[in-house]
Amino acid sequence: MKLLRCAAIAMMALMLSAPAGWASQPQPPPATDGFVAANDLPPTEQLPAGPFVVGAYSCFLVLMVGYAWSIARRLNTVEKEMRTLEQRQSRGSSTR
Amino acid sequence: MVRKLFTPLVVLTAAMFAYAPIAIANAPYESTMLLVQKIFYFHLATWMALAVAVSVCAVGSAMYLFKGHEGADRVAFAAAELAVVYCTFGLISGSLWGRKAWGVWWQWDAKLTMAFMLEMIFLGYLIVRKYGGPGSEKLSAAMGIFGAATAPFIYKSADWWRTIHPQTSVMKTLGKNAPPMWNVVWFCGTAFVLLFLVLLALRVGLEERRAELDRLYLEAEA
Repeated sequence: MKLLRCAAIAMMALMLSAPAGWASQPQPPPATDGFVAANDLPPTEQLPAGPFVVGAYSCFLVLMVGYAWSIARRLNTVEKEMRTLEQRQSRGSSTR
Repeated sequence: MVRKLFTPLVVLTAAMFAYAPIAIANAPYESTMLLVQKIFYFHLATWMALAVAVSVCAVGSAMYLFKGHEGADRVAFAAAELAVVYCTFGLISGSLWGRKAWGVWWQWDAKLTMAFMLEMIFLGYLIVRKYGGPGSEKLSAAMGIFGAATAPFIYKSADWWRTIHPQTSVMKTLGKNAPPMWNVVWFCGTAFVLLFLVLLALRVGLEERRAELDRLYLEAEA
């Protein structure tokens, strides 16, 4: 009977002290879903990624300028062909 | 109407692209990827414009196939070419980002492989159009519709299958977690879509001149 009472007291003490024990443990950081903005960037992190960022933006610039140039060149070819055809047509109509 | 809007559209697009690097530089750094995450602003914007390009191509192709509208076919052809350009940049920028973030240039996972297949479908569209001979317009129009149909699967593939690519939840939570980053994403997305419209107008103009040239040749032969 005495043993049973001791066990009950020990159990109760354990149950009461448990939340306090859990609270004192370091809490894990809250789960994040997606991007989180960082306010301070370590200087060592800036250099390695630099060439990739510069490369990506340069690539975009080259691609877009190249594509615009390609449209202009093709348009020029078509216009030149149209002028030649019109000249040929007007020459043909004047000789008839 | 299009000609009237063209110059203001070019000015607005140029102004947005001039400001974009400043907006990107001022956007906060992401806590885990830091500087390399700055590629994201052009990378995501490219895929936004690509989604618009493949949609325009699909609508134009459908109008040509079912209604025989030749102007719609010219728009679809121009949009398909732009889809190839945007997809190329999306794959290159993703690869550059992946090299730093994942340690590899390329990974044959679901999303990346499907994006590569989309590029192949639209390259196929252009090849059929150039070398397919008479009737290739209808065949390429069908390819444009099926190519565009793969786009939603590419978008959702990171959620449905296990891939190393970030899930679409990034976009859902970005506005809540980091509004300054969210604003820059939409700014760049709008700039890319406007650039698409400018290039589309130029490219459709080229196709119209080609159609005019063909008509002149036919008249000369008659």
